Amino acid sequence: MDFQLTEEQREFRHVVHEFVAKELKPLARHTDESGEFNWTAVKKMGPLGLLGLEVPEEYGGAAVDAISAAIAIEELGWGCGSTALAISAHNGLALGPIVKYGTEAQKQEWLPPLATGKGKLGCLSLTEPGAGSDLQGGVRTTAVKEGDSWIIDGQKMWMTNASISDLMVVLVRTDPGGGSRSLSHILVPTNTPGITVAPAEKKMGLKGSPTHAVTFDEVRVPLSNLLGTEGRGLQQTLATLDSGRVGIGALAVGLGQAAYEAAIKYAHERETFGQPIKRHQAVQWMLADAATELQAARLMVYWAAWLKGLGKPYTKEAAMAKLFATEVSERVCRNAIQVHGGYGYSAEFEVERLYRDTRLMTIGEGTSEIQRLVIARHILDL
Amino acid sequence: MKVVVCIKQTPSTTAVLTVDTGGNVKWDDPGGKPNVLNPWDEYAVEEGIRLKENHGATDVIVLTAGSEESQEALKTSLAMGCTAAILVSDAAFSGSDTTGTARILAAAINKVGGVDIAVFGKQAIDGDTGLTPMQVARKLGWTPLTYVSAIKEVGGGKITVERLLDDGKETVTANLPVVISVVKEINEPRYPSLMGIRKASRAEIPTWGAGDLAVAGGAGAAASKVDWSNIYAIPPRVGSVEMITADTVEEQARILADKLFEEKVI
Ligand SMILES: Cc1cc2nc3c(=O)[nH]c(=O)nc-3n(C[C@H](O)[C@H](O)[C@H](O)COP(=O)(O)OP(=O)(O)OC[C@H]3O[C@@H](n4cnc5c(N)ncnc54)[C@H](O)[C@@H]3O)c2cc1C
Ligand SMILES: Cc1cc2nc3c(=O)[nH]c(=O)nc-3n(C[C@H](O)[C@H](O)[C@H](O)COP(=O)(O)OP(=O)(O)OC[C@H]3O[C@@H](n4cnc5c(N)ncnc54)[C@H](O)[C@@H]3O)c2cc1C
Repeated sequence: MDFQLTEEQREFRHVVHEFVAKELKPLARHTDESGEFNWTAVKKMGPLGLLGLEVPEEYGGAAVDAISAAIAIEELGWGCGSTALAISAHNGLALGPIVKYGTEAQKQEWLPPLATGKGKLGCLSLTEPGAGSDLQGGVRTTAVKEGDSWIIDGQKMWMTNASISDLMVVLVRTDPGGGSRSLSHILVPTNTPGITVAPAEKKMGLKGSPTHAVTFDEVRVPLSNLLGTEGRGLQQTLATLDSGRVGIGALAVGLGQAAYEAAIKYAHERETFGQPIKRHQAVQWMLADAATELQAARLMVYWAAWLKGLGKPYTKEAAMAKLFATEVSERVCRNAIQVHGGYGYSAEFEVERLYRDTRLMTIGEGTSEIQRLVIARHILDL
Repeated sequence: MKVVVCIKQTPSTTAVLTVDTGGNVKWDDPGGKPNVLNPWDEYAVEEGIRLKENHGATDVIVLTAGSEESQEALKTSLAMGCTAAILVSDAAFSGSDTTGTARILAAAINKVGGVDIAVFGKQAIDGDTGLTPMQVARKLGWTPLTYVSAIKEVGGGKITVERLLDDGKETVTANLPVVISVVKEINEPRYPSLMGIRKASRAEIPTWGAGDLAVAGGAGAAASKVDWSNIYAIPPRVGSVEMITADTVEEQARILADKLFEEKVI
């Protein structure tokens, strides 16, 4: 048992932290208010390795270990939720399955530009108007073979990064008969004719991370764009989400950490009844709980990442880490507003944004309810 | 083409300098930040790497004279993209003044051998003299090009640079080898990459001691010409406040003006 990060992991954290403190955090409010994606910072992430965290070096990636990858997302979350979500989705949801299931040709074609920042980002498209938690029963987007092509028709919802991506990994139904072997993943370049990306959704938070409805109208891509095995789309999705959930857990820890730090600072500065509010026990308890819960959440996230890195099963652990970390983060951000009093409700203070940003974390990549369902299935042999 | 980049590890930019009554100097960072690669030297490291990327340098060797702990700054430079690192460290060298430091660095550059360009930062944020690059050039007998804001051309045994001076810019050409010191206008230093950090953390950095170098003229405290025998904190300024009272504002102003005349302020 060893709770210490390795020297290399500490150094990774240090470098990413410095980068985020300089390039993301000072702009986070602007990114949120303007809804402008922070391309300036993201372009600088390429050479640093943040756009290909777990991509092998031969494809231009940083090939860091799973814990370092979680740390990177945690630090990004500490600086800017919007940018962190975009980068987390790009790494975990888009590049993850290409690394894992892609053919050599697919990897050669897509990984180098996406991992180095020469191109735009990538995204994963699962959700539809009628399919969120229930993908197996709900997905209606179809792909039909015609000659040497797949023809894709349908509508997707909530696609993070759709307008800032070169490539979509799309979950489609390839067997109209249905069932757990009826879905597949297909790689679809975003400039393929027939794709319409709707304007960005108006959201409660994460406004600098564009989310879109996307329609596919007779979109034609080569048969060789099938990612992984035909009919294994659901299983590949679930495995991708295991990894993505570690990322969302880490992102939530980062957001919570930022809120916690802001609350600690404010508790020193603000005075009521003749003393700094940190002298009031009610405030102390909120902060003591935040410190404790954040630490527990962080350990759970690293634990799930550690199992992932070892190549051991970690579906249950990733679900537990995501469930716990995102709910802790929401509580910590909520209490950070409480510590700030009326000012916490003002957009002038960072905690207001953090609370709105972290609200998504208990929903995206599987709601808290779905995480509990996954955990229950494991512990009850369901 | 071989390039050596000389760097120094310094306290962080937020560290606070204190001198106690015994004359002991401390640079503690209130936030507990560790020592860093001298911020001015980030530009030197970046320019060294660009000499490799844009001007065909084969080696970009980062060099420092300092304590064992200075390895961290060397590793940062390796993670940014330097090809090798050398630490010069020996108890016999501690207490060197800038002349001693320059002799050590010149000896190390000679030992590397075949170096065409030695790149320095403009100054170190702690010692802050800005003397080292000039002195190293002198010891090596190379042309010094200080305050360089752009490297225009390297080739045919020559280098052309732009120097940023108080009253303008100057473009000069010199024969290699040269010592250059760079200003922050020259580039935007890159961040160390995650791939670079991994390489750096596995790199073996050789340490050269007094026995490995032929330091002409001596170094270390004994050879230091600078006398550090009396170090003390700058005494706080003493002053006094006088409130001018009078019946009218005009009268107050007249008294104030008279006093300022008296004190030769106006
Ligand atoms: C900002 C944002 C970004 C997103 N990015 C992406 C993306 O990049 N790609 C993508 O594919 N999707 C994305 N999504 C979609 C997201 O993954 C889904 O919204 C989420 O999975 C929930 O699906 P749903 O919205 O259809 O909710 P529903 O599935 O309709 O759920 C509604 C409610 O019912 C509960 N529920 C459903 N089933 C059960 C059950 N069996 N037991 C108990 N409770 C249940 C849910 O927990 C929830 O409370 C994004 C969403 C948002 C808001
Ligand atoms: C432990 C210790 C004891 C000291 N004792 C004395 C003393 O007794 N008497 C005294 O006069 N001074 C002493 N000094 C100060 C020391 O001489 C200067 O710090 C040093 O010579 C560099 O001068 P500077 O800091 O002004 O650098 P500058 O001349 O401002 O630096 C210009 C550039 O030179 C390069 N550079 C500077 N130093 C080094 C180095 N060591 N290795 C590689 N490159 C370098 C960097 O690129 C830097 O950007 C001591 C310093 C230390 C750390």
